[in-house]
Amino acid sequence: MEFDFTDEQTAVRAMVREFAQNRIAPQAEQWDMDHHFPVDIVTEMGELGLFGITADEEWGGAGADFTSLCIAIEELGRVDQSMAITLEAGVGLGINPIHEFGSDEQKQQWLPDLVAGRTLAGFGLTEPDAGSDAGATATRAELDGDEWVINGSKAFITNSGATNTSLVTITARTGPDEISTIIVPSGTEGFIVEPAYRKMGWHASDTHGLTFVDARVPKENLLGERGRGFHQFLSTLDDGRIAIAALAVGVLQACLDESLAYAKERTSFGKPIGSYQAIAFKIADLQMMTEAARLLVYRAAWLKDTGKQFKQEAAIAKLYATESAVSATREATQIFGGYGFMDETLVARHYRDAKILEIGEGTSEVQRLVISRGLGLPIR
Amino acid sequence: MNIAVCVKQIPDPATPYELDAENHWVIRPNDQVLDDTDRVGVEVGLQLAEATEGTVTLFSMSPSGSLQGIRQALAMGADKAVLIDDESLKGSDALTTARILSAAVKREGYDLVITGTESTDGFTGVVPQMMSEILDVPCLSFARNVEAGDGTVTIERQTTTGYETVTSALPAVLAVTAGAEEPRYPTFKGIMQAKSKPVDTTTAAELGVDPVSSQTITAVDPVAARAAGDVVEDDGEAYLKIVELLEQVKVI
Ligand SMILES: Cc1cc2nc3c(=O)[nH]c(=O)nc-3n(C[C@H](O)[C@H](O)[C@H](O)COP(=O)(O)OP(=O)(O)OC[C@H]3O[C@@H](n4cnc5c(N)ncnc54)[C@H](O)[C@@H]3O)c2cc1C
Ligand SMILES: Cc1cc2nc3c(=O)[nH]c(=O)nc-3n(C[C@H](O)[C@H](O)[C@H](O)COP(=O)(O)OP(=O)(O)OC[C@H]3O[C@@H](n4cnc5c(N)ncnc54)[C@H](O)[C@@H]3O)c2cc1C
Repeated sequence: MEFDFTDEQTAVRAMVREFAQNRIAPQAEQWDMDHHFPVDIVTEMGELGLFGITADEEWGGAGADFTSLCIAIEELGRVDQSMAITLEAGVGLGINPIHEFGSDEQKQQWLPDLVAGRTLAGFGLTEPDAGSDAGATATRAELDGDEWVINGSKAFITNSGATNTSLVTITARTGPDEISTIIVPSGTEGFIVEPAYRKMGWHASDTHGLTFVDARVPKENLLGERGRGFHQFLSTLDDGRIAIAALAVGVLQACLDESLAYAKERTSFGKPIGSYQAIAFKIADLQMMTEAARLLVYRAAWLKDTGKQFKQEAAIAKLYATESAVSATREATQIFGGYGFMDETLVARHYRDAKILEIGEGTSEVQRLVISRGLGLPIR
Repeated sequence: MNIAVCVKQIPDPATPYELDAENHWVIRPNDQVLDDTDRVGVEVGLQLAEATEGTVTLFSMSPSGSLQGIRQALAMGADKAVLIDDESLKGSDALTTARILSAAVKREGYDLVITGTESTDGFTGVVPQMMSEILDVPCLSFARNVEAGDGTVTIERQTTTGYETVTSALPAVLAVTAGAEEPRYPTFKGIMQAKSKPVDTTTAAELGVDPVSSQTITAVDPVAARAAGDVVEDDGEAYLKIVELLEQVKVI
């Protein structure tokens, strides 16, 4: 048994923590207020090499472990969930499908800029009428000579419409019982990026609905094998679950740190509120949840890094960490009293930001389905 | 240009320091961090190396421990490091530190030695001057806006009233001010590469230095609590009183 991070993983944590503290924390509240997606900061994250942590060196990446990526996501997530999801989706949904399934030409064309963080890519799976039930995909792509002609729409797609977005990878029906994945470059005629959503949280993350009206892309833009779309996104989502859980650990740690400090300094009835058992026990629970979630997340990441099975562990980590994060933000907000309801309080922003963690990349219900099936239960 | 940057590994300033009750030395934990002041030195060194296609070698006198601080500087981009570590150096005073560092840079060869102005934990602020004396080369202190010339180095030397432009022939010792440059973040790749960069370890004996400490710390007292400030009530003329107070302490 070995629970220590390596020297390099510890150094990554220190580096990202400092960057997050100096470059992101001072501006995050303003971005949240303005619903502003800070392309300049995303570029800086790219210069630090954050988008290239796991990518092969051939494409400008560092070829390092997935655990390091989770550490980076956790540390960003402590101060700003929006930048953490930008990294998580940028790598997990943007880079990985091309890195895993792309042809050499596709990799050469897209990866160097994506891996360096100069551009972003989105992954369009969800549709207005197909979310958890991704098999219900209705977007169609039909071959017309040397081109795919795409019609349909996608909903809630992260990193899909920023000024530095270079493409979206979408799932589309290429036959009655066939779902395939196709690369659609930004700016393709007939590929319409709808205005950014007004969201409850993740205000500084870029999310759009996408509409395709006779959008034409070359035949070669098919990603991997025709008809393998379903299989491709399932494998993409398994990794994503661990990474989303790392965002939740960031929330948990922030709730713990902020609440602990506040409970020592805020007084009521002449004593620090931390001297009241009702508050102290909440904070004890926060630490328990933080530690437990972190262990689940990094164990799942370690299983993946060492080439072992991790499907069940990823679902458990995602489910526990994200549900704990939502509870933690509720309790932390309570500890902060009226100040906890003010936008300028970090735990208030985390309260709004945390909820989506139970929904994106597989809802809590879907995780319970996965876990139940893994246990061999006869569930549908 | 062959650049030597002296970097001190110190206990994390975010954690409370403890002194050894007997000899009053700071108790050094195994994992020390890079002194923030010296990150500026590393940054200046890297910029000069980039401008002159030179190399940056780090020199640090500290217990081997986890080498976290040295790895941080290597991750920023320094090429290699020389670590001077042995039992006899425990609790060294500033002069011993300067003799050791001087012997090490001399052995490795250098065009320019860069240090901080003063360290965060010991802050005697004399190591660079002592090194220049021992090495018998010029010392450029309080340096910022450092530029390499042809066999020379030019700096702005900060003074109490502004700055002087100073040019010196190389080799030289240069002590940078804390705000001289904004140190870069190590990149992710830098962190991964740092583990395979060479770190040589040497001892006082190998450098031919006999560490005789000329300093004994006889007592350590806590800093006196700060006296409460004066409150000036504003009756519309408070600014006059404030001007007077500022004049008294000679800041205006
Ligand atoms: C901010 C944001 C960013 C997003 N980014 C992306 C992105 O980049 N790419 C992308 O493709 N998608 C993205 N999504 C979409 C997200 O993944 C989906 O919203 C999510 O998968 C749920 O799908 P749905 O909204 O259609 O809900 P539905 O599937 O309609 O679910 C509604 C409710 O029913 C429950 N439910 C559904 N089926 C079952 C069942 N069989 N058993 C029990 N309960 C069930 C669900 O758990 C949920 O509670 C994003 C969403 C948001 C809000
Ligand atoms: C009460 C007390 C206890 C002390 N305990 C210890 C102790 O336990 N261990 C200990 O090491 N020192 C200790 N010191 C400090 C020690 O006495 C010297 O001051 C120290 O070795 C060097 O001086 P400085 O840190 O003040 O350097 P300064 O002259 O303030 O530093 C200027 C620059 O010199 C360079 N430099 C200084 N030291 C080193 C180094 N070791 N390696 C590489 N570059 C360096 C750096 O670039 C630094 O920015 C203690 C000092 C005091 C007052």
